[in-house]
Amino acid sequence: MEKTIQHNSNKVIIAENLTKKFGHFKAVDNISFEVERGEIFGFLGANGAGKTTAMRMLCGLSIPTGGKGLVAGYDIGKQTELVKKNIGYMSQKFSLYDDLKVWENIELFGGIYGMKDQEIKEKTDELMRALNFESERNKLVGSLPLGFKQKLAFSVSIFHNPQVVFLDEPTGGVDPITRRQFWELIYDATSRGITVFVTTHYMDEAEYCNRVSVMVDGKIEALDSPKNLKNQFNANSMDEVFQQLARKAKRVDS
Amino acid sequence: MDKQNIQSESAISCKSINKKYDTIEALKGVNFEVERGEIFGIIGPDGAGKTTLFRILTTLILADSGTASVDGFDVVTDYKEIRKRVGYMPGKFSLYQDLTVEENLNFFATVFNTTIEENYELIKDIYQQIEPFKNRRAGKLSGGMKQKLALSCALIHKPSVLFLDEPTTGVDPVSRKEFWGMLKNLKAQGITILVSTPYMDEAGLCDRIALIQNGQFLKIDTPKNIVNQYENKLWAVQSDNMYKLLNDLRANELTSNCFAFGDKHHVSVSNEQLSIKSLKETLDKLGHTNIEIREIEPTIEDCFMQLSQK
Repeated sequence: MEKTIQHNSNKVIIAENLTKKFGHFKAVDNISFEVERGEIFGFLGANGAGKTTAMRMLCGLSIPTGGKGLVAGYDIGKQTELVKKNIGYMSQKFSLYDDLKVWENIELFGGIYGMKDQEIKEKTDELMRALNFESERNKLVGSLPLGFKQKLAFSVSIFHNPQVVFLDEPTGGVDPITRRQFWELIYDATSRGITVFVTTHYMDEAEYCNRVSVMVDGKIEALDSPKNLKNQFNANSMDEVFQQLARKAKRVDS
Repeated sequence: MDKQNIQSESAISCKSINKKYDTIEALKGVNFEVERGEIFGIIGPDGAGKTTLFRILTTLILADSGTASVDGFDVVTDYKEIRKRVGYMPGKFSLYQDLTVEENLNFFATVFNTTIEENYELIKDIYQQIEPFKNRRAGKLSGGMKQKLALSCALIHKPSVLFLDEPTTGVDPVSRKEFWGMLKNLKAQGITILVSTPYMDEAGLCDRIALIQNGQFLKIDTPKNIVNQYENKLWAVQSDNMYKLLNDLRANELTSNCFAFGDKHHVSVSNEQLSIKSLKETLDKLGHTNIEIREIEPTIEDCFMQLSQK
């Protein structure tokens, strides 16, 4: 792209022709999209479609080999530290330290993001009350049930009040009731202006997003609201939309 | 059968199995039987006790109390017989990362005194998909290919009972469908399959299922019977403002509970006084627009949530 991207405060993520090549393999192939402030954006795709690579670039962990991206107003190719400061991240695989207590995890992550001690203390009290977690404050995270842990991990990922939070399969393996409570926390975060970028393999969760993109073989094959996608693909559910798109995949996953 | 007893009728039999880790009760009196040739699903969230149950049945750990048999053999006294007869695919990828695809398969065949050629027919459909990569190290395979290799290795000695612990976790919906297609083919060849999954939508692909939570079975039956036993009426409700709708439905005294289900909310209704028409009127007064309500058949997930709240 010749032109530089204009920073627009209503767009929290802007990707223009974003590309990542590993040798001759185009893991992410020229993708362009924008995410509005306060939006829940679902980022779907089959295993190996390039979701993780794209997400790593947007989080400032991997430098694009082509195209441009702005996240929270910062260039993902040149200002990776500023990108990292202004986002939150949570995944099912890594979230919190099992051998630290609940309050210790919060203090650690708050400290990493440069929050002041007093602010960490006040917000910890507030969070413990909101999650009804006061009796768990001094417990090791490893001793908590998975559902508790995931809710806490999400709250910690937005503790420093980032502009956008990236959630990588946040609800895998969680029981159905906790999974729904987790989504209520997401709604609550967006009502406070935090933008949510989320990947999931649960297609009912795709329906909870304002807009959804589906990646196939490194490219974004579809992007719209769940309602419009279902109309476009003449499908009753997002699962059907996904099945139709992902079956087109030619590459033998990554 | 060289052993005749009542248990030998079933492929798997569990009686009052208990297992504790320190103070945590991982399994609390689990009872069930799996018929020969069945696909039996153990369905529940992480931490429910699924893996502990699999480890007891594959003779890797001992239960604190209770008895269990696999293919007619006792898991404690006849563990060596069981190990010859079962295939086990653990939840965590457990093949040798620094051996190639073919070397891994050969290794497992040799351990069981057989060869790839001898049982090639059984694994052909699955193994052929990864055969082009047979010289690649297992550690360098993608998730989907690892899964196929692990299944091939678990099958190479032609087991009578196959244990699959969360084979589809983290796998995308398309690959999950494919995987269940492979299981159907294995069933057709007479193999009994015990499979665990946290995905409730996979329940319908099993002959029978057990719903498990906190170390206990909530229910054992066919997916259809479980759905038929759902206790209340279930309505799917939609309007233009779904978040407000959820709160309004929960605040309504005549509804039992309400959960988001994709683009609809599922409302459980036990009170006979509440009709679709009256609920629609109530929501209309609360300012909702484009309200749609219809009675629906529950999914396994609805049933799981109802049973787990008891």
